[in-house]
Amino acid sequence: MSNVEQRTRIKSERYESGVIPYKKMGYWDADYTVKETDVLTLFRITPQPGVDPVEAAAAVAGESSTATWTVVWTDLLTACDIYRAKAYFVEQVPNSANEFFAFIAYECDLFEEGSIANLTASIIGNVFGFKAVKALRLEDMRLPYGYLKTFLGPATGVIVERERLDVFGRPLLGATVKPKLGLSGKNYGRVVYEGLRGGLDFLKDDENINSQPFMRWRERFLYVMEGVNKAGAKTGCVKGSYLNVTAATMEEMYERAIFAKEVGSVIIMIDLIIGYTAIQSIAIWSRKNDMILHLHRAGHSTYTRQKSHGINFRVICKWMRMSGVDHIHAGTVVGKLEGDPNTVKGFYDTLLLSSLKENRNIGIFFDMDWASLRKCLPVASGGIHCGQMHQLVQLLGEDVVLQFGGGTIGHPDGIQAGATANRVALEAMILAKNEGRNYVEEGPEILKVASKECRPLQVALDLWKAITFNYASTDTLDYEATPVKGLA
Amino acid sequence: MRVHQGAFSLSADLTDAQIKKQVEYCIKNRFAIGIEWTDDPHPRNSYWEMWGLPLFDIPDAATIMYEIAEARKAHPNVYIKINAFDNTRGVESTGLSFIIQRPSFEPGFYLVRQEAAGRTIRYTLQSYAVQGSAEGARY
Repeated sequence: MSNVEQRTRIKSERYESGVIPYKKMGYWDADYTVKETDVLTLFRITPQPGVDPVEAAAAVAGESSTATWTVVWTDLLTACDIYRAKAYFVEQVPNSANEFFAFIAYECDLFEEGSIANLTASIIGNVFGFKAVKALRLEDMRLPYGYLKTFLGPATGVIVERERLDVFGRPLLGATVKPKLGLSGKNYGRVVYEGLRGGLDFLKDDENINSQPFMRWRERFLYVMEGVNKAGAKTGCVKGSYLNVTAATMEEMYERAIFAKEVGSVIIMIDLIIGYTAIQSIAIWSRKNDMILHLHRAGHSTYTRQKSHGINFRVICKWMRMSGVDHIHAGTVVGKLEGDPNTVKGFYDTLLLSSLKENRNIGIFFDMDWASLRKCLPVASGGIHCGQMHQLVQLLGEDVVLQFGGGTIGHPDGIQAGATANRVALEAMILAKNEGRNYVEEGPEILKVASKECRPLQVALDLWKAITFNYASTDTLDYEATPVKGLA
Repeated sequence: MRVHQGAFSLSADLTDAQIKKQVEYCIKNRFAIGIEWTDDPHPRNSYWEMWGLPLFDIPDAATIMYEIAEARKAHPNVYIKINAFDNTRGVESTGLSFIIQRPSFEPGFYLVRQEAAGRTIRYTLQSYAVQGSAEGARY
């Protein structure tokens, strides 16, 4: 041997310098036995033309765990076999020639305890820009029990929120103040008062109401709380209005949250666009300050809506329940925004159940025990009205906040009338459901009878009776009743 | 004013036949049915007086309707509500709650506004009836 470099060069075929397929690097293992402690992911992969789907799956496993594009000898200084994620099952997506579902298992020690930022930096960090795949979508995740126990989850959650508000056995009712932008603080508080006075439980800032020139945040908070308290006195109920504390910096968000507490609000609000770390921080603040935390999913459709690329919203639901938000917008099915019924059912189950069972009919791909993390209350908002009450109760159940923005404030006889119409419609439907009536079929009739005693409801039904949003959903489910065969 | 608490407060007062159907719904769901009354309906008064213990494992609505009638007889002019308890794992709280009797006159609440620092106002909600009279003589 002529020189030291040659003499010490690694002889193993696997670790010889150069580029070898990910599959051969150990990121594919068809015989892998999934451990209870593994983090599991399901990706929908569209490989570039000519790329073998299994190799693409292995590449995704590699790039979302330990791999880089070439062989590195420093792997040998680690227990690298453990740290390598393993793609273990690949199947063709039903009714789609060039898309594949790839299941990947990750050792739990790859992820920092209690950190969504760290979890996501691996799972969605680099891999979505990877050239070998044309498109990539994170469809679902199984978070193991032990890892979930490192997260606090919602501080309040559905059950305790109901106890604090003293509302049981019916959905909560809310509305978003409209117009979203431009109202002065005093006029804004008027809308809050009228809606709550008419029978709603909550009003809400919209996602883009922060602190603009037409209304600075302190002005809003003060007038909103006057409306909340006055409505409480007029109705004898605990009322709330989600005060949006979203701001440019964490320091500013804390300042707004602290003021919200000082003025006596029971709930604050944030937007998804503040980022995972900020969400976890404000969730901890909310826990320490007895504050319910509402999350508006602003921005999510940029990456959740298209089927072939991005992140399925059910994964966002999981991350947000882990992060500790108490409310999250999760779709209406019948409203103006995207939402296939079964897909939305899957989101609601993900947020509300104590444990999940694999059920591809609603887009749940893994069994998962939620490790006693509290339930996160889904919020249905966007283009819904009281004429759809039977459908809303059927599709969304009792544990939901039904938010009628336009459907309250757009009432011809005023906001109070709009609120009352919604509440009376809801009460009539819950009463009928509990009585065992076929409320879905008889829904329109039930509403008609209720409206005879309630003019605001009659006016609302006349106005909105024909309004539906019947467009085909973009994000639909792909499943077949029979199990699919894996590729090797 | 009309107190809006409970699941059905904006509808007309429930008839006994309607109450019975809701009670049957509770029984079907294995909820224990508590009857509670108060003359202090402040929204943050969590603890109304209990009419005995919640009724556990009662197979028929008649027993519960009998207790409702007895509670009304003993307390004819106060608020009475049904609190149905659901002990399912992960719930272990109230499953349904609704008012079944109101006093003949509901005087309601007023806001006490305390001007605090800056523009902040501290609000306190007070009940006219509670403020005006002692327990038992409010309606």
